[in-house]
Amino acid sequence: MELLANLQLGFDVALTLQNVLYCFLGVFLGTLIGVLPGIGPVATIAMLLPATFALPPVSALIMLAGIYYGAQYGGSTTAILVNLPGEASSVVTCLDGYAMAQQGRAGPALAVAALGSFFAGTVATLILVMFAPPLAEVAFKFGPAEYFSLMVLGLIAAIVLAHGSLINAIAMILLGLLLGLIGADTNTGQFRFTFGLPQLADGIGFVVVAMGLFGFSEIIANIERRARREVVMAKITSLFPTREDLKASWKAVLRGTAIGALLGILPGGGATLGSFAAYTLEKKVAKDPSRFGKGAIEGVAGPESANNAGAQTSFIPLLTLGIPANAVMALMVGAMTIHGITPGPQVMTERPELFWGMIASMWIGNLLLVVLNLPLIGIWVKLLSVPYRILYPAILLFSCIGVYSLNNSAIDVALALAFGFLGYLFIKLDCEPAPLLLGFVLGPMMEENLRRALLLSRGDPTVFVTRPLSLALLVVAAALLVIVVVPAVRRKREEAFQE
Amino acid sequence: MSISIRSPRDFCAGLIFLFFGALAAYVARDYPMGSAVRMGPGYFPYLLGILLALLGVVICVKSLVIYGERIESASLRALLLVLGAVGVFAGTIESAGIVIATALLVGVGAAASPESRLREVAVLIVFLLALAVGLFTYGLGLPFKIFPV
Repeated sequence: MELLANLQLGFDVALTLQNVLYCFLGVFLGTLIGVLPGIGPVATIAMLLPATFALPPVSALIMLAGIYYGAQYGGSTTAILVNLPGEASSVVTCLDGYAMAQQGRAGPALAVAALGSFFAGTVATLILVMFAPPLAEVAFKFGPAEYFSLMVLGLIAAIVLAHGSLINAIAMILLGLLLGLIGADTNTGQFRFTFGLPQLADGIGFVVVAMGLFGFSEIIANIERRARREVVMAKITSLFPTREDLKASWKAVLRGTAIGALLGILPGGGATLGSFAAYTLEKKVAKDPSRFGKGAIEGVAGPESANNAGAQTSFIPLLTLGIPANAVMALMVGAMTIHGITPGPQVMTERPELFWGMIASMWIGNLLLVVLNLPLIGIWVKLLSVPYRILYPAILLFSCIGVYSLNNSAIDVALALAFGFLGYLFIKLDCEPAPLLLGFVLGPMMEENLRRALLLSRGDPTVFVTRPLSLALLVVAAALLVIVVVPAVRRKREEAFQE
Repeated sequence: MSISIRSPRDFCAGLIFLFFGALAAYVARDYPMGSAVRMGPGYFPYLLGILLALLGVVICVKSLVIYGERIESASLRALLLVLGAVGVFAGTIESAGIVIATALLVGVGAAASPESRLREVAVLIVFLLALAVGLFTYGLGLPFKIFPV
């Protein structure tokens, strides 16, 4: 029973007082920031990342993972209570969650979301435990050609999932890849795109990019929007779901978990796709679909379970292949690198305590989430009632301190400012920034693997289609692209994003 | 038929991509290209730059053909003051220390929202100063200078 031994090792690591504490701190801080409207998980992680620098690697990653699902969950609370999704994955939760809140049933909506998420998190953690080792085995068979093709697949998937125009999303990825190449070339030491600035020699930090694109630009956009829209907040009377609520939602939780876990594993996947798919499915299987949008509890239970399951299983490509599947995982790559860990299949064999400890902590983190969110809901509600005009200067300050303390560099803050401007332009032009961040992290890896693959094949570009695994990955990527370009599917996709 | 911009959003996005793509390709030309077998540092970025510039052109052309949305009006006040606050922080943190940098950032930043009120901002500055000095500088040990001296 290697599996049990691994799990035991994981829990031994995760259950030390220190790590439980950091897990709690991560979940708490993540929820705290995630609850604030207009701040998604990416900005939350970028802001809190510097707080983990001083920790030992295991504790740091445990805390970061906690921040991630805390932020994710906090976003759902905001979606239900004030109808403001913190990020794309809680958009669908707004539909029925806020409708329930308006009917005075915010409590049951929150409770079902929390319990559904916990169940989904538990299942997803088990999936991680079972599938990560065999996948890592496969990963050891990957050569540079396979890695390159896998990254192409991941990027294509990210394009398909970005809302707005496909061609814009492709351009955003290319721009991200280019930005990722800034700095000294690893093979030759040649400085690229540094424009004579020595501060750019090591490249631009990913936190700088993320904070500018997702943090600063969102603050500007929120100040603008806030002037036009007042938020009405729902009251919470009782937390307990009725017997009917539970009866109606348990199947939705099961379905949401299955869909979310499956879609989370896909490269380019993550929490968002799962929650949309789960909502659509619940609507399809419901006896009376017209209830949806008017406070159907299945419409909260399904997507909430799905997005939590997806959030968890999207760690699989990262931990086994070293490839981030979405913008959040791209940040995790950066965080691991800072702690001297190269994500990939070797982590499991070389640092088993880190690998299994992190996985075990996910389950603990999910448990803590339930504990935090149900009894402490009052605190989050209070926090939500603080007006934005008071919150955002504080957020701005913490963001600046966070970016500065990465390298104690004022240049980094100035660069983040530039990315803030760029991000604001992209918001105005309806270009989603997530593909850019993914491209940014993948840029150097892609170049490296492309170089190696062509070096090994002596410059023969057919290497990508003659190696079966690589070919398979590219075929899937091509199929994805074709599917999206076909008009019928395209319309469906637009519908899904409109909801 | 005269040529007109039918989708201002896409047209601007296309121009941005064209600009960055062309810039990247132009700069990368000066780096050693190498060959496909032994790629030089210029190879991949040059390729990406050309592709990005081409996509920019395609998006621009598309915007002349297909109707799209106008660009929403921007709040110059929010944009300039939020970014200005960040800039002021970057410019003062090393020379003037955390107290002045924080006060300026919060003051300038708060002015970005038309809803901000003077008294609230004053209280907020005091509160955040306490956090910046107490929690970040002493608590977390971040190496900030507190005052200019």
